Amino acid sequence: MAQVTVRFFARYAELAGCQATSVEVAESATVSEVLERMRETVPGARELPDRPFTVLNFKQVKLDARVSDGDEVALLPPFSGG
Amino acid sequence: MNKLTRARISVEALLGQVHSPERGGTCVFLGSVRNDGDVTAIEYSAYDEMARDEIVRMMEEAQSRWPAAKIIVQHRLGLVPAGEASIAIVAAAPHRDEAFAACRYVIEEVKKRLPIWKKEIHADGTSTWVDSFGKEIAGDLRDS
Repeated sequence: MAQVTVRFFARYAELAGCQATSVEVAESATVSEVLERMRETVPGARELPDRPFTVLNFKQVKLDARVSDGDEVALLPPFSGG
Repeated sequence: MNKLTRARISVEALLGQVHSPERGGTCVFLGSVRNDGDVTAIEYSAYDEMARDEIVRMMEEAQSRWPAAKIIVQHRLGLVPAGEASIAIVAAAPHRDEAFAACRYVIEEVKKRLPIWKKEIHADGTSTWVDSFGKEIAGDLRDS
């Protein structure tokens, strides 16, 4: 099994009601499966977009990317820096 | 140095870091919090680790485009009151064209690439997440 941290930022953290959560998935599960598991445990997550901008270990990925134990998935709203 | 900071940005200090006799043109871009409507401040937050990595990549790219230039960016995080700077970019180069171009390049890349978000704080204590053009984010239309 793989333990994966899911982090939320800005508006998504407010919607989720937390900054981060940890989910357990099968080794080599996809990011999509991580998000599916996360939605089961974070009640506010159903307010998030179905396909949010997602990064895995700080790099943008598609939902079919595979995770490993200790990975960090982050869901990012549209950027608005500057 | 390039960084995310929670302190006020000192343009003087940045100018001191880029200035040298061989760089005859210096361009400064300051982005400041506007008091649009009843906005009193903007709260900036970031995915710090990713933003720091991206700043390094972005500035290496800028440096390779304008090798004779010295370029620095600092972005403020936390509560920034109206009128104060949230971002400063200084670019010094032998000639003005490179300095202007480098400065413009960096601010445009910051807006596209850095995982930073802003929330407007209103006089009545309410707040609004806004997109990079200063408009309120409506629904989830931009996410998918």
